[in-house]
Amino acid sequence: MQRPRSYALWLGGVRDPGSKWFLGSLLALSVVIAALNLLVPDSSALHVSRYGLTLVGKYLCYAMLALAVDLIWGYCGILSLGHAAFFSLGGYAIGMYLMREIGPRGVYGDPVLPDFMVFLNWKSLPWFWHGFNHFAFAVLMVIVAPGAMALVFGWFAFRSRVTGVYFSIITQALTYALMLAFFRNDMGFGGNNGFTDFKDILGFNLDSDRTRVVLLVITAVMLGASYIACRAIVCSRAGRVLRAIRDAESRTRFLGYRVESFKLWVFVFSAVLAGIAGALYVPQIGIINPSEFSPINSIEVVIWVAVGGRGTLYGAIAGAILVNYAKTYFTSALPEVWNYALGALFVLVTLFLPRGIVGLFHLTTRKRAGKPRKNKDTKTFVVPAETSEAPSE
Amino acid sequence: MRWGCFWLGGQWLLGLLLALQSIGFVYAQSPTDVGFAATVGALCAATFDEKNKIVEQIVQRGHPSAQPTLTALLEDRLYCRNQDQRVFLIKPAAEDAPTLNLIDPLTLKDAGSASSDDVTRIVTNNHLRRLLETVLARFGLSSPKSSVRLQAVKELERDLNEGNVQLLRERSAVETNSKVKKEIAIGLALASMDSSDARERLAAISVLEGSLRQDVLNRLQAVVEKSANGTFVESDEHVRKAAAKAIESIESRRSFYSGIQTVLFGLSLGSVLVLIAIGLAITFGVMGVINMAHGELMMLGAYSTYVVQLLMPSYIGSSILVAVPVAFLVSGLMGILIERTIIRFLYGRPLETLLATFGVSLILQQLVRSVFTALNREVKTPDWMSGTLQLNEALAITYNRLYILIFTLIMFAALLLVLKKTRIGLEIRAVAQNRAMAKAMGIRSEWVDAITFGLGSGIAGIAGVALSQVTNVNANLGQSYIIDAFLVVVFGGVGSLWGAMVAGLLMGVVDQLLQPYAGAVLAKIFVLIALILFIQARPRGLFPATGRAAESQ
Amino acid sequence: MSVHGKRLYIEDVTVSFDGFKALDKLTLYVDPGELRCIIGPNGAGKTTMMDVITGKTRPDGGTVWFGDKLNLLALSEPEIAQAGIGRKFQKPTVFEALTVFENLELALAGGKTFLDTLLARPSRQQVERIDEVLEKIGLTEHREALGAILSHGQKQWLEIGMLLMQDPELLLIDEPVAGMTPHEIERTAQLLRALEGTHSVVVVEHDMDFVRSIAKRVTVLHEGRVLAENYMSVVQSDPRVVEVYLGG
Repeated sequence: MQRPRSYALWLGGVRDPGSKWFLGSLLALSVVIAALNLLVPDSSALHVSRYGLTLVGKYLCYAMLALAVDLIWGYCGILSLGHAAFFSLGGYAIGMYLMREIGPRGVYGDPVLPDFMVFLNWKSLPWFWHGFNHFAFAVLMVIVAPGAMALVFGWFAFRSRVTGVYFSIITQALTYALMLAFFRNDMGFGGNNGFTDFKDILGFNLDSDRTRVVLLVITAVMLGASYIACRAIVCSRAGRVLRAIRDAESRTRFLGYRVESFKLWVFVFSAVLAGIAGALYVPQIGIINPSEFSPINSIEVVIWVAVGGRGTLYGAIAGAILVNYAKTYFTSALPEVWNYALGALFVLVTLFLPRGIVGLFHLTTRKRAGKPRKNKDTKTFVVPAETSEAPSE
Repeated sequence: MRWGCFWLGGQWLLGLLLALQSIGFVYAQSPTDVGFAATVGALCAATFDEKNKIVEQIVQRGHPSAQPTLTALLEDRLYCRNQDQRVFLIKPAAEDAPTLNLIDPLTLKDAGSASSDDVTRIVTNNHLRRLLETVLARFGLSSPKSSVRLQAVKELERDLNEGNVQLLRERSAVETNSKVKKEIAIGLALASMDSSDARERLAAISVLEGSLRQDVLNRLQAVVEKSANGTFVESDEHVRKAAAKAIESIESRRSFYSGIQTVLFGLSLGSVLVLIAIGLAITFGVMGVINMAHGELMMLGAYSTYVVQLLMPSYIGSSILVAVPVAFLVSGLMGILIERTIIRFLYGRPLETLLATFGVSLILQQLVRSVFTALNREVKTPDWMSGTLQLNEALAITYNRLYILIFTLIMFAALLLVLKKTRIGLEIRAVAQNRAMAKAMGIRSEWVDAITFGLGSGIAGIAGVALSQVTNVNANLGQSYIIDAFLVVVFGGVGSLWGAMVAGLLMGVVDQLLQPYAGAVLAKIFVLIALILFIQARPRGLFPATGRAAESQ
Repeated sequence: MSVHGKRLYIEDVTVSFDGFKALDKLTLYVDPGELRCIIGPNGAGKTTMMDVITGKTRPDGGTVWFGDKLNLLALSEPEIAQAGIGRKFQKPTVFEALTVFENLELALAGGKTFLDTLLARPSRQQVERIDEVLEKIGLTEHREALGAILSHGQKQWLEIGMLLMQDPELLLIDEPVAGMTPHEIERTAQLLRALEGTHSVVVVEHDMDFVRSIAKRVTVLHEGRVLAENYMSVVQSDPRVVEVYLGG
């Protein structure tokens, strides 16, 4: 019995060099950057500054977010235009812990109440803030808050067979509603200022390079773990069902699969991934405010995935890093140009690069490797099949 | 008007005066004139208390020039010439000019001019102005214009002393205009509320019951209140009961009208949403294209209005009427450009068009920011659109919103007409329903696509003109409304114009109904959540449409 | 019931849509292991009959039994599918992004929830079964080929294969050879003949040559009723059938 090719794509198999390269480089990158920050003196040109650390950390968090979106969009056809909401929910959850950690070191010096509550003349901590002085609880909420929101939202949406563009529009409505809610001062989440001025996490000073390096390494590890998890899902039979749902939903239902249940599972998983990414983002960036919920953020995530190439996982990561690097460069050098560039990017990628950069890459490799190979078992010629990719839609 | 009893030298002088008055020339200064001039002149150096007394004196004297002079004083047009301490009026609307044209208070004729440095304005305070208003109201009572009389009665109501009440009674006997008569009746009734006779009070209450005014309501509520020691202010039980009944009646009518006002306001807000959404309903519904740049096309319409006003600064009144076709063309042409260069290659891929048009929206925003800067741009409201229409004491709507509502209905009707009765409308509908068949009939479907998109975009431009009147015009204008627009379309049913109309108006009204209870932000959130839930109950919207877009979903 | 031992009993089934009778007291029986062809002009009620059997449409009158024990009218669509009736629609929908093997794997019986499929690994038996079916439908050499590159005919076979994975007792096949090349039609005939005996197969078709090459007994439907039912040679020369088909 010949093992089917698809199972060889799983990390355990031999024939998945791509993933191995990726994970390897991720590890190498984190080690190198950590070294360049901690071991190389400030004066050297190779030194990676705190700013550099923050930047790389940010890119990695965004890469995780893009991964989450690619999982549901590239592989299941669910275009969520509100995923930044889950990212932000995770960020706010960890933010609440960090705010409580400030304790009496805040401007107003109240040991229990964060500054903004004192400013609003609140007398006691609202009920939903209780428990956030424990790190473990905060971590739990990082998972539960976006997960629960995705569960409720998705359950309603998928059960009513809301798909395609309609679904995308109501995800925009969701993130918009959340943005409005979190901007309100009396919601208890810091209003339009959000949370900032964090002091430390688990006792480690957020202002020290070592803590930041550790955070960066943890982010890299989480990114790698998320990648492995997504890869596992995608290469399993569940992943194939997801792709079947993406391409021919009613046919899949006809085969006996509970389509709504599959969608809900990946949607919630993807939301949790996004939440974790957000939770890693906030301690490194040092601030979270309601503008993170803004609809345009979610749409930008989609363009990262589209630029990189959806339905490939590593394409999403590449796209996120590339586009954000370009953004960092342009917004400091030529801010006006950035908006034009971003807009043009949207247009050009959808018109000319439906498979993203990864697609470009495959085009060139296929040209080289396009010769038929001999299949050893059946002794017939088989045109080499590509790895299962998403057709353009 | 009461004449003073100042007789100097007999009736022949009076006769002469009268004769001269009738010709309209008064050269000689009569003693009354002198007195008047002196009294007025005393205003220059008077304190506020003294000014009050002077005004009362002027009124008592009853000089014909009293009214214009006092009016001038009220309007801050009474000045004192520094060098000789003489008082003059100045022509209205000339206060900022360096040279002021002076008018003699006695003769009311031109008396030369002076530079603004040479004169000092005679200032008033609140108390003085109140006095002046009341006093002038008495003059107003006998004006030939009913609107002036009405205003005068309202003014007098603010201070129902003996004298004013007497005036009102006298006027009531001779008043012919029904509106003014009614107003006088209410004023008199309010005065009667203080009468000692219970029957009078009772009678007054039955008159007041017909009013909708807040002050009337307050007065009636004072009747049923208890004083500090627990007893009722009003002793007579019948009167109390009558008052309570009247209060109930007035309050229920007021809340009814208030409800209508809320609905009207909601409709006007909703009509803005409808205008925005209709263009989208066409491109989304008819063509299956998600145009995220729709908001920016609206913004272009708003900026077109701004530019039109820049180009015709002295014709603001008609600027809006000019701006409508201009905005239609600008946005429409931009829409056709977008369609021909981008969207045409992405048909059948709605998610791609969503992303690509989002890119276009970013580019357009940045373009506008570069040309017009990121600051808000002022778009003026023409005079005929300013102000408020007061339907009754409890119901008012601002003109600009009223016109927007009417405008939306006209636009909607026009659009329906175009789609149902014209050739191009027929072609649009044909291509939407069955492209292959339409092509087989000889319709150039690419051309129709461009026109359809242009039509939807042009309407977005027109929506921008309307928006410029109710909100700030800046490069982010589109972003603030685009989500609402999509929700209206999705709620109403993709491709259905009637759906967009009903959905938009409904959303506006619901938002307004919720606002008093929940506040603006929460109301918005609630509407969003309700919509999300609704879409799940009815994924195809209020009026599901058939056609290419609907089937391809 | 006066008739016994059949796989499918359709008796006096009537279906009307707004006054139009799609099926008019239709009575038809299928033996176990039989390969039966249903032919008839458009509008004769062939597709409606299939819809009634699979539960997509409820008849206004009559009975439908599967074997001696199962009243199909009392079951829902998914239940009927579970009971062992498989239907292949006219338009082939295979999953283009998945390989032929993976397509068949999806049609495997077994846990169909998210968790089941997440952890599933096809067992040796399952892989062998898939290979078996691959053999039957003649797509063994395309085992690792993406669905997208298959020809129209191959997609039809793949779909039949997916049906076969569920090992249905009764297969309902709607116009399988529309759009196929002559070579593909020949192979399809082979495929269906190979199923005879182990499965009951009902094929609806228009292509008379194809019908001739596979069928023993043929049922002609017309206006919702059985017009004729006999061996192909007999039916072909029946003047009523000829008239209805205008020389079919």
